[in-house]
Amino acid sequence: MAAFPLTRHSIVAAIRSEQPEVRRSAFDTLVTAYWKPVFKYVRLKWHQSPDDAADLTQGFFLRAFEKDFFAGFDPSRSRFRTYLRTCLDGHVSNARKADARLKRGGGVTLVPIDVDEAERELRLQAINAIDDFDAYFHREWLRGLFAVAAARLRDACAARGRADRFTVFEQYDLAGDDAGRPTYADLARRLGLSTIDVTNELAAARREFRRFVLEALREQCATDEEFDAESRALGSG
Amino acid sequence: MIPEPAIDRLSAMFRSPDVSGTRYEIVSVLGRGGMGVVYLARDTALDREVALKIFDRSPGEANEARLIARLEHPGIVPVHDFGELPDGRLFYAMKLVRGDRLDRWMAAGRDISERLGVFLRVCETVAFAHAHGVIHRDLKPENVMVGEFGEVLVLDWGIAAELSIADCGLKSGDPIVGTPDYMAPEQARGDAVIDHRADVFALGAVLAGIAGGVAPIVAIARKAQSPDAAARYQSVPALAADVNRYLAGRAVEAHRERLLDRVARVGRRYRLPILLVLTYVVVRVLLLWLFRV
Repeated sequence: MAAFPLTRHSIVAAIRSEQPEVRRSAFDTLVTAYWKPVFKYVRLKWHQSPDDAADLTQGFFLRAFEKDFFAGFDPSRSRFRTYLRTCLDGHVSNARKADARLKRGGGVTLVPIDVDEAERELRLQAINAIDDFDAYFHREWLRGLFAVAAARLRDACAARGRADRFTVFEQYDLAGDDAGRPTYADLARRLGLSTIDVTNELAAARREFRRFVLEALREQCATDEEFDAESRALGSG
Repeated sequence: MIPEPAIDRLSAMFRSPDVSGTRYEIVSVLGRGGMGVVYLARDTALDREVALKIFDRSPGEANEARLIARLEHPGIVPVHDFGELPDGRLFYAMKLVRGDRLDRWMAAGRDISERLGVFLRVCETVAFAHAHGVIHRDLKPENVMVGEFGEVLVLDWGIAAELSIADCGLKSGDPIVGTPDYMAPEQARGDAVIDHRADVFALGAVLAGIAGGVAPIVAIARKAQSPDAAARYQSVPALAADVNRYLAGRAVEAHRERLLDRVARVGRRYRLPILLVLTYVVVRVLLLWLFRV
């Protein structure tokens, strides 16, 4: 999948471009951000098997690309994420009625879905407790957004020879339970830094992470108003 | 996969304002005050904790920082720094004071003289501000901090206003701000001219919560809260003087005593001399009786 250049431009707007290569690149970036939330949502809300969920996810993005139905998105009426989920529900509902594997996009690969990875993640989640699938979709989208930003941070740190900065961030802020989280002193010992260095590296990593998150979010929003609303809502988890 | 606790942690990062480019790191929220939020923050340059007030998205709020910086008094938290965040919001850093808000401090069961002692310290601070041409406009127990070492601080000067030299009041059209239970009628009505007596009213409301049914203090609070500003104490020192009279066992201006109350008060005030005189009289009578011939 082609890497979309890091830009402040909206991929949602680029999807409607007249130029096929711009459209395709924007679509790839969109798929990268959304395939996992879409797959998990189809698995859980629509009670599909892993293979069927993968087919439906593939079919959804294929149809969206071919039929250009993201072009119908009106930013003044809803958030892009809500629009996408509504389209997804419609697609799955129709595909179930048709019950034809080919109609689901079977046989055509547009999205490189890693079913094993997604299934591994699902096993780690308390999926039985999910009763609000809107909230679940939002949470998975947020997880994806943070993952994209973390990957960009890792790459940026590596490119500048500041691998320690990402390591501090990864081990402290991306850690699981608080109980297993290292202290600043632990990190300083592990990395051969002073505690002050750990504090400074963590602060710098957080600043950069925040910038990458907002950048990725900007790409996924169609308008400045949507971006403002989405960035304000980020803190709500 | 980013684990659940990390998502919560990272989301929390976005609930805090972006302070990149400053010397501060947000630690947690301390509270919301007039026009903004106060955070516990770490000053990375000096490696110390500070209170960081960040204003809501309203330009022109630099006044509060400048105004407090001008009011150097032990009852007003000193301002260390002032600046602008990447998103354009203004902030200022001030000394972090640990302690209890007055309402919570009183809930620990303090006696009346202790409570009045704190109230008088608040009066000193407010009188100092008035003397420098500033009225607070939002005095209430939540805006008074009693520190760990007994210090008493008046907080949240977010809606404080400078008294104009010309008319000693606010300009017409200023928004109505303050807290209803503590707001003088002229302030609640949005009168074009309010002055330091609006703070006298608010102090009266604070005192009413402190009075604990003590009649002279209740009377002082009532006078301070007169709907007509002209019927109130005309200054904070005048209000404080009446409270001091009570503490000294003297009659307060705001309270007309019954004869029995006056006797009881005088009795309390001159307890030691009265006891000495009574002891002398009893001993004298006893001696006369023992050596009667």
